[in-house]
Amino acid sequence: MIERRGHAGSATRRRANSVIFLGPAIVLTVLFFVVPVIIDIAVSFTDLSRSLRITEFTTEQYEKVFRTDRRLSQVIGLTFIYVFGTLAIFNVTFGLILAITTTAIRNVSGSFFRGVWLLPRMSPSVLYILLWLWAVSPTEAGLVNQVLMQVFGLDAPLDLLTSAPIALIIISNGFIGASMGMIIFTAAIRGIPEHLFHAAAVDGAGTFATIRFITLPALRWPISFVTIYQTLSLLVSFEYILLLTKGGPFYDTTVYALYVYRRAFESGQYGYGAALALFLIVIGVVVALIGWRFFDMERLLQRPRIEVQ
Amino acid sequence: MAKIEFRHVVKRFGAVDVIPDMNLVIDDGEFVALLGPSGCGKSTSLFMLAGIYLPSGGELLFDGRVVNEVEARDRNVGIVFQSYALYPHMSVRDNILFPLRFKKTPRDEALARVKAVAELVRVEELLDRRPGELSGGQQQRVALARALVKEPELLLLDEPLSNLDASLRLSMRTEIKSLHAQLGVTTLLVTHDQIEATTMADRIICMRAGRIEQVGTPDDLYLRPSSLFVAGFIGSPPINLIAGDAEGGMVAVNGARFPVEGASGRLTVGLRPEHLRFADTGFPGRIAQIEPMGREILYVVETGMGAVRVLEQGSSAGHSTGEEVKVSFLPENSLVFETERQKLIAGAHVRAPD
Ligand SMILES: Nc1ncnc2c1ncn2[C@@H]1O[C@H](COP(=O)(O)OP(=O)(O)O)[C@@H](O)[C@H]1O
Ligand SMILES: [Mg+2]
Repeated sequence: MIERRGHAGSATRRRANSVIFLGPAIVLTVLFFVVPVIIDIAVSFTDLSRSLRITEFTTEQYEKVFRTDRRLSQVIGLTFIYVFGTLAIFNVTFGLILAITTTAIRNVSGSFFRGVWLLPRMSPSVLYILLWLWAVSPTEAGLVNQVLMQVFGLDAPLDLLTSAPIALIIISNGFIGASMGMIIFTAAIRGIPEHLFHAAAVDGAGTFATIRFITLPALRWPISFVTIYQTLSLLVSFEYILLLTKGGPFYDTTVYALYVYRRAFESGQYGYGAALALFLIVIGVVVALIGWRFFDMERLLQRPRIEVQ
Repeated sequence: MAKIEFRHVVKRFGAVDVIPDMNLVIDDGEFVALLGPSGCGKSTSLFMLAGIYLPSGGELLFDGRVVNEVEARDRNVGIVFQSYALYPHMSVRDNILFPLRFKKTPRDEALARVKAVAELVRVEELLDRRPGELSGGQQQRVALARALVKEPELLLLDEPLSNLDASLRLSMRTEIKSLHAQLGVTTLLVTHDQIEATTMADRIICMRAGRIEQVGTPDDLYLRPSSLFVAGFIGSPPINLIAGDAEGGMVAVNGARFPVEGASGRLTVGLRPEHLRFADTGFPGRIAQIEPMGREILYVVETGMGAVRVLEQGSSAGHSTGEEVKVSFLPENSLVFETERQKLIAGAHVRAPD
């Protein structure tokens, strides 16, 4: 009798627990993911525009996506270059180099250099981009031009915003993106048992062999995680590009997410923007699922197996 | 094979002198144990030999050559870490092969050597597994194989048996010893377990707080411990240490009085439990506790000078708790130390009262 009551009690308790612990997350997911997606889908089947009046339900927006919008292929190509360029050069590679070098040198100076690379992430986006605008200003006062003209003897100032806009958006985003990889990789490197490095040294491994055989294998999961996480965030965010180049010149630096924004809010084609956004949502979910499957993200999120040393 | 020498070696971490001044010679082909309590600087000494730590002062010599600044990879030393430190993402084969990668050994020869050393430590069945799939004992063998594959001049073992269960420890003890006999490589074993040290090593270096307390054969340390620390550290169950005052050839301890030869002043008498026996004459006392230990029985006897441990051969107790007994010993088995300096007084003995 007593035992049975205990069971009933614990079942209620379990239900209560799941409501208490999962409730807030579920509410947030519904409010900020499910509901907006439904609204987005609904809007994408209308001709909603600046007038904010729906005159008909239509699949016209999707026809536009697949048939008539000729700018879209250029936007998608640029998005590829932007996402993979930023990821490969900065968020993973440069983050790795920063983590490996700053953990190899003395603790104090290592922390200092990591701190320096964290600064851009901590400063407000507008301020950060203002600095960039000053650095690449096409006049003689711009930092880059000052260096080029006074140190390297260049004759006339360069207009990088016009001549190399894609490189600029990759570099400006990369300088910020590298810090996340750096932090995660640093933590992972710190987690490698010190005796492994000692063993490798005694076994004859030099610096590069140690990185290749000890450090990098231990970073497999963190690298997967950073790759997926940053792919998603690069795909959907465009604030730095909007502030730095406004997507220009013309559409030269308009990545997909910014294209959605420009279509919806600059041209006032809300219905078309919604249809475009839906693809972004689908890609986001697919990439997240791929990550879950192929990169062992599931194991990353499992409870840690403590190494007995 | 190499002869190893420490000359006034110092190791400092920050402001702390972990090893203040170490002097030691290990001969070519010797099996030496570095014995001492946890935190006394054993691993630190070992890591200096391996080239993982650099000495802060003094000289470290291999075969008469100063190696202070020689990098770990140029020393040809094999080491087994306490945690084994196997590379977790490599197969056992690749783990054992790893040291040969950097020696530019031809692939075929390298694989042949991996196979040979794997057979030597009996892990040839496990070559395709990952370290995570092995038991502690198997991991330990793989670590040994990895240390031996490059045919090191010096083999360093850092508490290699401390993570094994009791029966495995016993068999690994024998195996490591026979490996040494077979290969003849100079071997330094670090351990805090005196039984490990006395059963495996030709010579024992007993350390305390970064200093060498005594160097000698297991017999030297057991029969002639140079200090109270060594006497207390070697031997199981531990030696009985009884502090008292000697005057006119008699020691007085808590009212008990017995003869002493060759010493006076404040003394500490050391009597090993296995040297004590029950007799018709001796210290009167009463058995307070009996602990059967298999083939021996440990009695705790309350005497006039305090509780003493008496170890008697045999598997069944010949006495019972509460029994009145007399405890005696042969004078030559007794040890006498100066209480102040904690040093052995050579040639001094005590005698049980008649
Ligand atoms: N890398 C290090 N940095 C600072 N202190 C250390 C370091 N390694 C060891 N020590 C200190 O040196 C002392 C001896 O350590 P260790 O040689 O590991 O002892 P043992 O192996 O005898 O147990 C300990 O007090 C330890 O805290
Ligand atoms: Mg140690």
